[in-house]
Amino acid sequence: MTALPRHSLAVRVAHWLNAIAFLFLAVSGVGIVLGHPQFYWGETGYFGMEPWLKLWFEPSFEQTSWGRNLHFLFAWVFVVNGVVYVVASLVSGYAKRRLLPTRDELAPRNALAEIAAHLKLRRPRPGAIAGYNLLQKTSYLVVIFVLAPVMLLTGMAMSPGFVAAFPDLTVMFGGRQSARSIHFIVANLLVLFFLVHLVEIALAGAVDMLRGMITGRVAAPEKPS
Amino acid sequence: MRRALSRRGFLAGLSAVGGAVLAGCNKDAYMPPHFGGLLDASDALMMSVQRMLLSEQSLAREYSRADLSPMFPVEGTSLPFDAGYQASMDNGFVDWRLPVEGLVVRPLSLSVADLKAMPSRTQITSHSCESGWTAIGEWTGVPLAHVLELAGLDREARYIAFDCVDGWYDYLDLFDALHAQTILAYGMNGGELPVEHGAPVRLRVERQLGYKSLKFLERIRVVDQPERIDYGDAPRLFHYAWYAGI
Repeated sequence: MTALPRHSLAVRVAHWLNAIAFLFLAVSGVGIVLGHPQFYWGETGYFGMEPWLKLWFEPSFEQTSWGRNLHFLFAWVFVVNGVVYVVASLVSGYAKRRLLPTRDELAPRNALAEIAAHLKLRRPRPGAIAGYNLLQKTSYLVVIFVLAPVMLLTGMAMSPGFVAAFPDLTVMFGGRQSARSIHFIVANLLVLFFLVHLVEIALAGAVDMLRGMITGRVAAPEKPS
Repeated sequence: MRRALSRRGFLAGLSAVGGAVLAGCNKDAYMPPHFGGLLDASDALMMSVQRMLLSEQSLAREYSRADLSPMFPVEGTSLPFDAGYQASMDNGFVDWRLPVEGLVVRPLSLSVADLKAMPSRTQITSHSCESGWTAIGEWTGVPLAHVLELAGLDREARYIAFDCVDGWYDYLDLFDALHAQTILAYGMNGGELPVEHGAPVRLRVERQLGYKSLKFLERIRVVDQPERIDYGDAPRLFHYAWYAGI
């Protein structure tokens, strides 16, 4: 069996750095939320105000110290790695080549067929694995160019230091507690993306997919006889 | 549009920000006083980045009276368990004194009346607790820079340390200590500072999280080297960052 190139070294390094940062940010984020497990819209919000969302557990004030320390450490990994990845993928044309859907892919007939195939949890056709499909491309574009920047900006909008330098940060999200709510909602979307990502990898063949992201090469599809 | 700058205005401005500019030229303004380990490195990076962004000493956003939170949460100590404090509280803090000592030319001992006789600043700001809540309050007090100017800093002065009646201790570097919104607050929301919010005088540090705005001030000390904040046996992972700009 021959092996085909799948991911460049740069993409693999960026992927795993981001994976580590994401896991630590998610877990430490839970630690931070435990300190005040309810959410508000506007600038202010505190116990005694009506929240739009109240999580089911009691607040625990012992978890924010390690939560905050790890969150802001791995935020640097996420930000530096993410900025390098985004700039490099735009400059090199990688984003356009690998992530931007083609006109043919966007045609309604193809789009509907791909959605139907995903809903039936159909394994990808051999050979289709060489590139990303329409739904993959769309979700990667949304995660990389919308959700990740929103996480960074809403995170900064909660920081008294950054907000003193750029007051518009909180204004653009409608206040600090709104920024906190959006940060929490988008964090949940990213966790959802991560879970779907794992399911899709399992469906496509976890061993080969992992091999692709570690060694950079995947098994070549068998030639049709 | 350029505003003409008079010699007098220039000199006044210079004296107001002089200390801050001096602090800004010093590496102390960009690095935390303690360094070692990955978490300290991450805190140091955060402080350096924020200090570069704040190098012009921008003010924290201020709000209007209509924005005041109807109830301002009480965090930490609501009544210090201290006989001397409680006796002083019972007579309206008339015998309360705030010593300003350490590396100063003229050590001070200030009563609440002394502070109220000084130039005051009133600011309506957003207060964010590290635990997650935010409330807006109005604070009236004396700029710390004014008190430090009265005491006169020695050449070696680098940090301003605060001891509190309830046992808290923390310190600011000169960059934040001399900031216009860093005040010794004796008033809140138009009235006296309530006991549960740190009466008779608390600190307000508006560009950092709430835990830097210490309540129940007992003593101000000007130091060259701060003491580490005591977390007992707790590993570094469970300490709170000294620089709380995020």
